[in-house]
Amino acid sequence: MEKLTAGAGGGGYSAEQGSAVPGVVRKPPRPLGAGLGSSRQPSVEALESPSGSHVEWCRQLIAATISSQIAGPVSSEAISRDYKALRDGNRLAQMEEAPRFPGESIKAIAKDVMYICPFTGAVSGTLTVTDYKLYFKSLEREPPFILDVNLGVISRLETIGVQSHGENSCGMEIVCKDMRNPRFAYKQEEQSKLEIFENLTKHAFPVSNDLPLFAFLYKEKFPVDGWKVYDPVAEYKRQGLPNESWTISKVNSNYELCDTYPALLVIPTSIKDEDLRRVVAFRAKHRIPVLSWIHPESQATITRCSQPLVGPSDKRCKEDEKYLQTIMDANAQSHKLTIFDARQNSVADTNKAKEGGYESESFYTNAELTFLEIPNIHVMRESLRKLKEITYPVIDEAKWLSNVDSTHWLEYIRLLLMGAVRIADKLESGKTSVVVHCSDGWDRTAQLTSLAMLMLDSYYRTIKGFEVLIEKEWISFGHRFAVRVGHGDVNHTNSERSPLFVQFIDCVWQMMRQFPAAFEFNELFLITILDHLYSCLFGTFLYNSEQERVKAELHTKTVSLWSYINSQPEEFTNPFYVNYENHVLYPVASLRHLELWVDYYVRWNPRMRPQMPVHQNLKELLVIRSELQKKVDELHREASTRSLSSSSDRGSSPSHSATPVHTTV
Amino acid sequence: MLSLGSGGGKSTKPSFVSYVTPEDMKIKEKEEGLRSKHPYLLPGEVVFCSANHVLKYTQEDASQRGVYGTLLCTNFKIAFISDESASQETAPPFRNKLLSENDIPLTCVDHIYGVSDEKKKLIIGGQVKSKYPSKLIIQCKDLRVFHFSLTYAKEEEAKKIFQGIVHHSLEPKSLKCVFAFSYCETASPSQASRKSSLTLMFETKEDWSVELGRTKGNCKVSSANADYVISEKLPQFFVVPFAVSDDDILRFLGKGIPFWCWSHHSGCALFKMACLPTIQEDGISQKYMHRMLDAVTQDQLCPVKIEDLSSCLPALQDLQLSYNKFKQLFLIDSTTEFWVSDMKWFSSLENSGWLEIIRQCLMKAVEIVDYLESAHTSVLIVESFFVPAVPEEHCSDLCCVLSSLVQIMLDPYYRTRSGFQSLIQKEWVAGGHSFLDRCNHLYQKEKEVPAPVFLLFLECVWQLLQQHAPAFQFSETYLTVLSDSINIPLFSTFLFNSQHHRDTAMKPGHPEAQRSPLNFPSVWDWSLQFDCKAQSLFTNPLYVAKPIQDKALRKTSHQKHQRQLSLPNTLSKPSPRKGFFKEETDNLKKIFLGKRISKWLNPTESSKELYESWQRKPLDYQGLLLPYLDGPSVRVWMQRYLRWVPEAQIFGGGSITTVNRVLELASEIQDLQKEVERRSCRMNSSTAWTQVYSGPPLSARLSSFPFTATHAWSFKPAIPSSIRQSLGSVSSLADKEDDDCQGSGVL
Repeated sequence: MEKLTAGAGGGGYSAEQGSAVPGVVRKPPRPLGAGLGSSRQPSVEALESPSGSHVEWCRQLIAATISSQIAGPVSSEAISRDYKALRDGNRLAQMEEAPRFPGESIKAIAKDVMYICPFTGAVSGTLTVTDYKLYFKSLEREPPFILDVNLGVISRLETIGVQSHGENSCGMEIVCKDMRNPRFAYKQEEQSKLEIFENLTKHAFPVSNDLPLFAFLYKEKFPVDGWKVYDPVAEYKRQGLPNESWTISKVNSNYELCDTYPALLVIPTSIKDEDLRRVVAFRAKHRIPVLSWIHPESQATITRCSQPLVGPSDKRCKEDEKYLQTIMDANAQSHKLTIFDARQNSVADTNKAKEGGYESESFYTNAELTFLEIPNIHVMRESLRKLKEITYPVIDEAKWLSNVDSTHWLEYIRLLLMGAVRIADKLESGKTSVVVHCSDGWDRTAQLTSLAMLMLDSYYRTIKGFEVLIEKEWISFGHRFAVRVGHGDVNHTNSERSPLFVQFIDCVWQMMRQFPAAFEFNELFLITILDHLYSCLFGTFLYNSEQERVKAELHTKTVSLWSYINSQPEEFTNPFYVNYENHVLYPVASLRHLELWVDYYVRWNPRMRPQMPVHQNLKELLVIRSELQKKVDELHREASTRSLSSSSDRGSSPSHSATPVHTTV
Repeated sequence: MLSLGSGGGKSTKPSFVSYVTPEDMKIKEKEEGLRSKHPYLLPGEVVFCSANHVLKYTQEDASQRGVYGTLLCTNFKIAFISDESASQETAPPFRNKLLSENDIPLTCVDHIYGVSDEKKKLIIGGQVKSKYPSKLIIQCKDLRVFHFSLTYAKEEEAKKIFQGIVHHSLEPKSLKCVFAFSYCETASPSQASRKSSLTLMFETKEDWSVELGRTKGNCKVSSANADYVISEKLPQFFVVPFAVSDDDILRFLGKGIPFWCWSHHSGCALFKMACLPTIQEDGISQKYMHRMLDAVTQDQLCPVKIEDLSSCLPALQDLQLSYNKFKQLFLIDSTTEFWVSDMKWFSSLENSGWLEIIRQCLMKAVEIVDYLESAHTSVLIVESFFVPAVPEEHCSDLCCVLSSLVQIMLDPYYRTRSGFQSLIQKEWVAGGHSFLDRCNHLYQKEKEVPAPVFLLFLECVWQLLQQHAPAFQFSETYLTVLSDSINIPLFSTFLFNSQHHRDTAMKPGHPEAQRSPLNFPSVWDWSLQFDCKAQSLFTNPLYVAKPIQDKALRKTSHQKHQRQLSLPNTLSKPSPRKGFFKEETDNLKKIFLGKRISKWLNPTESSKELYESWQRKPLDYQGLLLPYLDGPSVRVWMQRYLRWVPEAQIFGGGSITTVNRVLELASEIQDLQKEVERRSCRMNSSTAWTQVYSGPPLSARLSSFPFTATHAWSFKPAIPSSIRQSLGSVSSLADKEDDDCQGSGVL
């Protein structure tokens, strides 16, 4: 592409040159300029370390994905002034102190703590514990070594004996939910160290210690209010609802019908109230079939629910049968209804013996039942645990593939994608409505419906649309985030914990890999979401249901993750994005195409460098294009003011502004 | 048989064995008719036999659907011409001018299976009886799989075509039967003699001098082997240290001579050497070797390290075995087979060991890079020091892989297209890699070891390319096409075992016929295969071109100094005159020195430091490039291996979409620039918008683009034929209820 190079003019692409231009090349993805002001902590680092080196770059990507990057204009100024004072003082201990968020307070500081890095060896520095994070900084290395672990990510704390590190005979291992186990060593006698451990235990598990989650203390202000992202009425309206068959019902407005469902539900128009009560009684946890998505052309729908309470005696519920018949009838294109039961057939049979069960094809006429054979949350938890074992801290190169195989993680990803493809295909090619459920309809069901919707509807592949998708299918429909993640809970052995949402995001990442141009958001967006799934910095993923959130006044007392993200969308934008519009994406659910998400699971390993610079290149091209476009527009304006230009001139310009290419510069 | 050590007893049958039987001649009469039906018959191409009413199954499903047509066997290829020619007119966007979609060059046939009575049987050349199978499965070296049914063809024709195909593709033949000969006798010379001017062919003294000059190498070009007087394996010209005399070269007929490959800017250099035929205990060869190593250290003024590849890399036989296993993962007969094998994907992949071999090669290359780059030590690569790995060892197999990889990592010139092509000319073609024997084009069994050595090299380059895309001027597609070209029996590049072999083969067959020597095209003459549009896909749109400032800036002493500081061991470097060995193999120590001179860091340690110091610096795509070797970083070359597997196609996706996006953007920028120029010049003529080639719209394309078959693919999601799972291992958990405690959560 000589032309291309020429097009760049003297600008060149060398890293050295590029890094001279802020925010264009090889800068860490973090808020820069534009409305928000630079964030405080990384910017301080940026002053101290040569930006551009790719260890640094990698480290900053990690730093950027952890909440430490977040800072509003007001606070960042204040803090960076503080920091400047510290720097001027030039005292080691002060230099190693932690920067803080608005609302964050330091609980304990310990000097001469040794961090035992599994990749680069032990390093000594200062360890700070706040009510939000654990922060270790050492000036022994150049650039300074920083480890920043938010407390929300901590699964359990353990004291360990460390013989090999001299005086530092006491040790502490921090087992994290995000695939790492940092270890520290310190001297036994000092009282301050004890303090550290106590404070950590207290603030890492606030719920168990009757303390508020940090999200309620966090005082950051963002220019955009993320709580306004999801408006159920607007979203249903976008889908063309209500229509003659479907209505937006307020029957659950007080969460009396179903306490784990949202206040607004889309149900068949024709359903009578007393019939609905019967259906409610017949579905586990009262989670009746409600509409998630409707096909704009065929009117085929995705409805979700929990298992019917059939039981060993093959109990029937005429109203439930009629209800599903109504759902089928709402779609004139097909005389069938497909029920996808996410579970393994054998497990569903076991459930049937315990008052649960599945729809019998002989009672539900015109319905076909398909089991998607996806194992339950305990299997998934175990799988991720194994995955951590093989990726942290070291990778066995020679056995890498068989090790990955033995975790079954990708196999389950494959099952999920395959299930979602089948659902999407039923709607798109079969023009048939589907009902999706598992046991309670808040785990595998959410995974499957949201993935299928992502395949079917290009809106959900935009940044805003994806946020809506999560708010709708996961948060409002009662995926039990608090229980599955265990926010602030000390009980790490709770068998209710399971990485279902991580698995879903992994599936999205796999789709992104197969369709690199179909998503408006980038990998950093997904990693950021996962980091804040645990961090408890934002209110977005807290609590189990809409009812609990309303009660806790989450929207007024905490900040939404989307506030942070939507205040700097350019950081999370995929430069390759091309709107596929009405194109349905069918990822290939073959292990040949699935890959372990190294940039997330193995990101703590400094030898795994993310491959972002290519995107940076493209971003540069986009800058060039927009500059040229501006020039053309200017020339065009000049020409038209001269009012001498011929109509042919005019004709060529709009063809450009109409290019269906998304540009963000 | 074509080797040289035997003292010139060349055994290639000089006579041209004609396989055109009288019956074939009759068919030849019909050729005119066929030619109109098959417009792609090349100059010199002769149809041997053909059969009508052959059914070619469409690969998409296991059903018996297919297309009827004529199956031909020519002296170049096996071709299938569909009866429904009309639909074929929608020309594929990426067409090979020599071959159409259903053509298989004879040398590209890997295995043929015959199916009769539902039984699949491997067909072995020379054992074909008068019976013919009802169905033929042809597996190609480029991983296509064809299924033909002979059931509906006339018995006579079917028998003939079956025997013809087996005879011409699976049985030994002489070199003169290779299609290139009849092609070049017929083709107009202008068509065959165009050359890519930018690629150095390393056939002349000048090319070597240019290369020496470019790298500032401190060696001399030797003409000792002009007219191949010393060795038929060596090129006429090569580069050796100044202290190596013509007598030295003559002594062991070119064995034991350090051949220069490349010079590092620090002064140290890369050499390769063929081992001496035998090690005599009399000390003659010992002294000789001493002198050769002295010669290396003398010129370069730095110590030398010997890298014995046999001790750390697999033997050629193992290479072949591993690749055979690996390849099998992609030769898929049916949808059912695809999904069944999918479940075993990771374990089969690991079992094949192919990725591990790639990793080992790259790792070894990094070690060599480390010596050159951080320790400023010259490196001498030998395939094996004492016991030849293959009977006639010429430092022309794994030595070529390693020396080329090292140069690509260290020198950005080789990451440009012309540089890469020059590198292949230098290390592989002039370096005397036995392409003919390793590719087994002549189907000579048991004579030589066939092994995918060159493919292994391309695989390694692909790993580097996918990890550092902006560093390469060429694209993945270029590498894939290059790997396919090995199996097209037309290019001088891949048809011979050495330059001498080529020169003698291309001499006119009969001295009395007053003809000039044949001139086989080089593979680098890409216009022979692809038009300009298709060739534009060879260029990587993300390539970060060389910055305008000169290299000299980067090579300041300041930076060098830094490097040394980061590697304390280099400070205690032994004086160049004394120590030339570092970490020798045990045998070597015993025989030559008896004792160890200096202990060197163990290799993994030193490479680790290299990686760390490299990672500390900003990644410079025009500088040193190191591969990532940890488990997840070494991947399968999806484009090459999965492109023909319909189940693996991502409709509207794949990495091609990003490439396309960049091309699109580039063309927009170009348009806008033109627009700016046009408007600022106030020219009002309606200039046509030039478009960078980008093929069909993004969303309507398969991930295997540009390797897409022309026939319409059904736009269906790939859903496994059976979703029964084998998840027995976690049963205790699987039986558990999702929610054990019915408590109302924690909060």
